[in-house]
Amino acid sequence: MEPPVSITETLMPVPDAAGVHTHAPASDRLKARFSRNLKERAIEGVLFLAAFSSVATTLGIVYILLSESWVFFQHVPLKDFLTDTQWTPLFDDAHFGIMVLLSGTLVSSLVALLVAIPLGTIIAIYLSEFAPFAVREIAKPVLELLAGVPTVIYGYFALLFVTPILQWFFPDLGGFSLLAAGLVMGVMIIPYVSSVSEDAMRAVPMAIREGSYAMGATRFQTAVRVVMPSAFSGIAAAYILGISRAVGETMVVAVAAGMQPNLTWNPAEPAATITAYIVQVALGDLPHGSIGYQTIFAAGLSLFVITLFFNILGHWLRRRYREVY
Amino acid sequence: MAAVLQENAVPASAVPAPAAPLAPKAEAKAFNFYYGAFHALKNINLPVYEKKVTAMIGPSGCGKSTFLRSFNRMHDLYPGNRYEGEIRMYPDNVNILAPDVDPIEVRMRVSMVFQKPNPFPKSIYENVAYGLRVRGVKDRQSLDEKVEAALRGAALWNEVKDRLNDLAFNLSGGQQQRMCIARALATDPEILLFDEPTSALDPIATGSIEELVHELKKQVTILIVTHNMQQAARVSDYTAYMYLGELIEFDVTNNIFLKPANKQTEDYITGRFG
Repeated sequence: MEPPVSITETLMPVPDAAGVHTHAPASDRLKARFSRNLKERAIEGVLFLAAFSSVATTLGIVYILLSESWVFFQHVPLKDFLTDTQWTPLFDDAHFGIMVLLSGTLVSSLVALLVAIPLGTIIAIYLSEFAPFAVREIAKPVLELLAGVPTVIYGYFALLFVTPILQWFFPDLGGFSLLAAGLVMGVMIIPYVSSVSEDAMRAVPMAIREGSYAMGATRFQTAVRVVMPSAFSGIAAAYILGISRAVGETMVVAVAAGMQPNLTWNPAEPAATITAYIVQVALGDLPHGSIGYQTIFAAGLSLFVITLFFNILGHWLRRRYREVY
Repeated sequence: MAAVLQENAVPASAVPAPAAPLAPKAEAKAFNFYYGAFHALKNINLPVYEKKVTAMIGPSGCGKSTFLRSFNRMHDLYPGNRYEGEIRMYPDNVNILAPDVDPIEVRMRVSMVFQKPNPFPKSIYENVAYGLRVRGVKDRQSLDEKVEAALRGAALWNEVKDRLNDLAFNLSGGQQQRMCIARALATDPEILLFDEPTSALDPIATGSIEELVHELKKQVTILIVTHNMQQAARVSDYTAYMYLGELIEFDVTNNIFLKPANKQTEDYITGRFG
């Protein structure tokens, strides 16, 4: 039985039969290994494809939106699209005023944000600056669970639970309203706002807090005057995320706000949002290529432009106010 | 009279008697501190003389910063910390560690400057005015006056008077630290705590901070933690040497550096360990 060969032994020059030491030349050992390089390249390629798939999807969506909308705007002048006060694409006397749908989107989003931003911020301050460890460890996952509830459930919650309660206080309120949808949407968005804000506030170094406490500040003064400004960029990002969620939310408004296009700034009225309209038409049996069908893409493009604007704004705010600790 | 706390102390005659009897501004008496179960500071007795600079030196982990942070009750911010014994503040003769003493009130009289400059994300002016603002001072004129006086006191006024509304982050490291000193001065504290204030600064900025400490002791009692023995020798009137949570020796700075009474102190001073 041969003794086990140690690594050092195999690397040592071994005399051959003729007694001459042979050894692989150093240049050979340092040479690039073809097989290893090939494997590295393959891995890089797979990683690139994974990253590229999301970029490709985005590009595909933009291409479809732009090309289909282009066809739409051949028929409907952009000016009419932006200024018309009626949205009746399926009538004989068709009108295509996006403001009608946009008003529904803006009013419901505004109601939602009036709920989500103050509550989300207060929750973030509490969890980050006040809550004892045990409370935070329980409250945060439970709160984030809110974000995992399917939105259609929120829709029916708004329609069957919140609306009747609101009708107690406002007997004139109809079965569908932007108010009920907006309120529930706001609750739905709270975890996005609070979780991202809290992460930003917790990332503020303890040294900055100590500086404030050492000046005789209270916990609340420290939270509001020092920690929040320090975490401004992250908190702004949380708000922007909340806005994007509100503007793009579909099921809650489709279920609870009604689907009638209605140019209104009154949250007590029912109205269709851009997203609700898209769902409604996409589920219908409109022939492909008809002008009614093309409206989906024009509406989708409007939505895309709005969220793109907020994302760019968020990106800019993050860069502009990034803290240097 | 400088107290010497070791049993093998030098005879009292070796300590040069100061011209006037010194009044302690604060005094630790049988002070112990615990991080949870860890006994970090053991039976410390130390006077802090009024309008003098007292330096605390010792190897890393000896508890000097922990001791310093007890004077403004910073340990209250974290759960599980416990004080025992007393830190008395004069002339009120109040034990600032007593449970019925509000730590916020203590911090209003005992200010602190940290190891690394920690400016708030605000303008230079608002940074310095912070302590006044949290005390509810709103009058613009009195804020202006106090901010200017504090910045002059921190030898920063001439450098920043034309850009008080700039963000404090735009200052250099040394300027930021002097701004933090101005912030601590703006509220007229009685005691100023420095926790290794120059360890993040270059030699020139360090020099200007040390000069400042010299100036400031005319108006305020100073307690400074430093790991730099030369710095302790340069800036302080009294020096306390600490090791493993115990106060080994406390004396006039000259004595500590020239004829330490304790062998351990001597070993540390002469660089034989630490």
